[in-house]
Amino acid sequence: MIDRRLLTNIDWVLAGLVLTVCLLGILNIYSATTPYKIVGTAYYIKQLYWMLVGMVISLLVCSLDYHIIEDLSYWFYGLLVLLLLAVLIVGKRSMGATRWLNLGFFTIQPSELMKLVVIVTFARYFNNFQGVGGLTVRDVLIPLSLLALPAALIMKQPDLGTATLIILIALSMIMYVGLRWSTIVTFVCVTIPMTWVGWTFLLHPYQKNRILDFLNPERSRLGSGYHIIQSKIAVGSGGLTGKGFVKGTQSQLRFLPEQHTDFAFSVFAEEWGFIGCLLLIILYLSLVLWGLNIARRCNDRFGGLLAVGVTSMLFWHIVINMGMVIGLFPVVGVPLPFFSYGGTSMITSMVGIGLLQNISMRRFMF
Amino acid sequence: MKERRFVRELLESKQRVLALSFVVGVVFLFLVIRLWHLQILNADDYHAMSENNRLRFVPVAASRGDILDRTGTVLVSNRPSFSLAVIPQEVKDKEALLTLLSDLLGLDRAEMAERWEKSKGRAKYYPIVLASNITRDHVEIVEENRLRLPGIEIEMKPVREYASSQLAAHLLGYIGEVSEKELDLTGFEDYNPGDYVGKNGIERALEKELHGGDGGRQLEVDARGRVLRTVSESYPTVGNSVILTIDAAVQKQAEHAFGDQAGAAVAMDVTNGEILAFVSNPGFDPSLFSGKLPADVWQGYLDDKRHPLENKALSGQYPPGSTFKMITALAGLQDNIINESTSINCSGSYDLGTSTFRCWNKNGHGTTNLRKSLRESCDVFYYQLGEKMGVDKIAAAARAFKLGSPLGVELLNEKSGLIPTTEWKLKRFGKRWFHGETLPVAIGQGAVILTPIQLASMTATIANDGTIFRPHLVKRIVDTDGKTLRETKAEIIGTASFPKESFRLVKQGMLDVVNAPGGTGGAARQYDVKVAGKTGTSQVIKMGGSKKSTAYQFRDHALFVAFAPFEKPEIAVAVVIEHGEHGGASAAPIAGRILRAYFDGKKPARKNAAAPSQEEDEDTDEPDEKRGPTVMKVPRTNGDAVHD
Repeated sequence: MIDRRLLTNIDWVLAGLVLTVCLLGILNIYSATTPYKIVGTAYYIKQLYWMLVGMVISLLVCSLDYHIIEDLSYWFYGLLVLLLLAVLIVGKRSMGATRWLNLGFFTIQPSELMKLVVIVTFARYFNNFQGVGGLTVRDVLIPLSLLALPAALIMKQPDLGTATLIILIALSMIMYVGLRWSTIVTFVCVTIPMTWVGWTFLLHPYQKNRILDFLNPERSRLGSGYHIIQSKIAVGSGGLTGKGFVKGTQSQLRFLPEQHTDFAFSVFAEEWGFIGCLLLIILYLSLVLWGLNIARRCNDRFGGLLAVGVTSMLFWHIVINMGMVIGLFPVVGVPLPFFSYGGTSMITSMVGIGLLQNISMRRFMF
Repeated sequence: MKERRFVRELLESKQRVLALSFVVGVVFLFLVIRLWHLQILNADDYHAMSENNRLRFVPVAASRGDILDRTGTVLVSNRPSFSLAVIPQEVKDKEALLTLLSDLLGLDRAEMAERWEKSKGRAKYYPIVLASNITRDHVEIVEENRLRLPGIEIEMKPVREYASSQLAAHLLGYIGEVSEKELDLTGFEDYNPGDYVGKNGIERALEKELHGGDGGRQLEVDARGRVLRTVSESYPTVGNSVILTIDAAVQKQAEHAFGDQAGAAVAMDVTNGEILAFVSNPGFDPSLFSGKLPADVWQGYLDDKRHPLENKALSGQYPPGSTFKMITALAGLQDNIINESTSINCSGSYDLGTSTFRCWNKNGHGTTNLRKSLRESCDVFYYQLGEKMGVDKIAAAARAFKLGSPLGVELLNEKSGLIPTTEWKLKRFGKRWFHGETLPVAIGQGAVILTPIQLASMTATIANDGTIFRPHLVKRIVDTDGKTLRETKAEIIGTASFPKESFRLVKQGMLDVVNAPGGTGGAARQYDVKVAGKTGTSQVIKMGGSKKSTAYQFRDHALFVAFAPFEKPEIAVAVVIEHGEHGGASAAPIAGRILRAYFDGKKPARKNAAAPSQEEDEDTDEPDEKRGPTVMKVPRTNGDAVHD
């Protein structure tokens, strides 16, 4: 199945960027977890294992011809919707939400996989779709329903962060396919009054409160507003050059919440300063632009769609996470790809990279 | 043609990739600008903050909502209490500080150390409560020694205050520190260790309404712990108040009436299901539970064989005994097995196969029709009726009254009672139903058990000619300004559809129970309103040999259910006295006092200055051989406490 010629075509730019970010991430996790009392394997070692596992999976993904994925995409979609339903019925509760499904030998988080499956499903749908001059209102109704079902199921868990991400990824792909102006205008005209009607008449006060809490966590929770202040102090106090590795006072005194996972970037910003942040941002920017470049070079419509989808997934994770850490966005549990500690995020992102490699390597086939 | 379109598509999408790249670049530029703003322009401020400032977090606990009765009498409110807290990051020598604290204040050092240890792993600027509910003297001592106690602070928290120490304790419930198990549940995401939550009763069931939202201040303090400025602040939101359907005056009288006896009583508004009194006796002192419960008090509660901590009105399940006869009678009338004039001869017992079933009256009741069977509570009448009908017909009638399942009152852990059927026995024991087992069921014995709420609801349903209202305890929820947020509406949860005539016959019998000579429930009679009721005495265990066993836990339960006024029912009451022996003698007088309190409470509205003395004359004058000495036993103190 593995074509040796293909391996010689490996996209080293992509691989190099990902590896660099991963290694910076591991270094940062080492620093962030120094103040922790650690039982068993240290976090940074575990992250190293996850990285290696991720790379193997990534290689497996890029060795398959992605057209096989295209053929299977709707099956994936169906299966994942069933898994999401299963989560709601028999899922494992943790921290007030049900996201995990126990398969006996290991547990999975179907909402995380759904990000990839939405990309594949949309790519397949728009690949078969012939239309010039942009999508009409009628054209987007089916993809929007394909999106609404899993998004609603994930929101029910409740995991508004992941649901939002899935919606953003799907919208990015729709933007790539292109919309007619009339479609955009229609949607604005329909959505705004519908939101108003829903807000005024349909929602119970407690539901409104939940939504307001989500949009503005400082409204009710002490915790979140607190996190933002602490995170901003950490980032800001880093200054131009930072306080130095394992010398961040905010992080070493454990002022920061979740400092090895969702707030890992704020530890990095404190210790490496503006220069370090700039380096990391340039790495991420290059990664995203390179992903788009892969889409541009690809002469196959499905491949292009897939590449844009995966790139937008990475992009939105990066922007939402960094925006949260520097106080531009509300606190939502979105990890920074390859940088935050966590196996699930690492695997999902690595599968995405595998898909990009796959597309990049096969660009000469057309 | 198709080929050309494909190429054009591809070109278009390539252009769009360039557009997307541009957008990506702009977004990243925003991130960089923001970082520039934080790390270059404001770096000094943030640096200063992270270096020498210590941020301190002062939680401001929300005041819990009040609980009031239907008339607006406050049953539970708050008062301030002080607790001693430590901010770990500001402490250099933990051991010395603890020693100093225990020397100064006389507090238990080991206990403070344990609390400190338990909160390890949380952010070091977050205060840990070392001792709650400390006295004002303690507060003063801490303030005087401020400088020797770095990192120590006094927190003020509202704690529960109960208007009257034991009134409606089971109903109101108590609060306590949130447990680790609770913190993992949904709906507890916003709770922190050390927060108080309702553990029981209304406090628990309406936790979401009562709790409110905690606030807090993030203060910047210098190295000595002096406050420099407030960095951020969020105000606590006061919890909503709960207005109960309970009438405190009636509740008080009901609890008085019980004295030392264990048992439960529920009084309900027949017209809407509002519960007016909800008694489980003996009570306990809910205020003891919010702090550390003294070990001897706890042991005392556990050792008391009257089980003071159990909410008997909600989860006590008792064989209804003869109070169940109305159900059996309605089933019989429905099935045309009996009618108004059917009579049997009661010789004091009834033989079925080899067994003999006894009537409570060994001498027998002679010729007995339906009306007399209720009035004098003849068992043989119902043995025969049950035998002809079979258990499933009785069960069907009971189910029509929604018996055998929880009625949906707001409190948690409402029990369902049990109405046996042939199917139930097969499922539960894998055995078929024996005909002889139907006979005890017909008189509310055997496997039949009901909760006091169900007994009250059953009585209200009879009074209503079949309409079943959901019994409820919460009248409305109001916010701090007194604005009504939610109001409980009367909800019909079913209808026991029996002919009106059947209800009339049964109610006629119940009227006789209280008012006719020979009736078993004369003790509940009132001088000004017609009361209808039914006594019940239910066996606690199957009698083995000695029926005359007098040990407390083997005595019969005494029950009484009633409604009034007979013509236009307003209130239904159910009283259970655990091991009270005779329904007519011990339960009926209590029901009588509850009804008295209810109708006296209405008096000022009807006609002012009713003469309470008159009532005593009329009531005690009744010549009634059945009641005999019981009436005298009950302390008669009604007249005074009821006016409000």
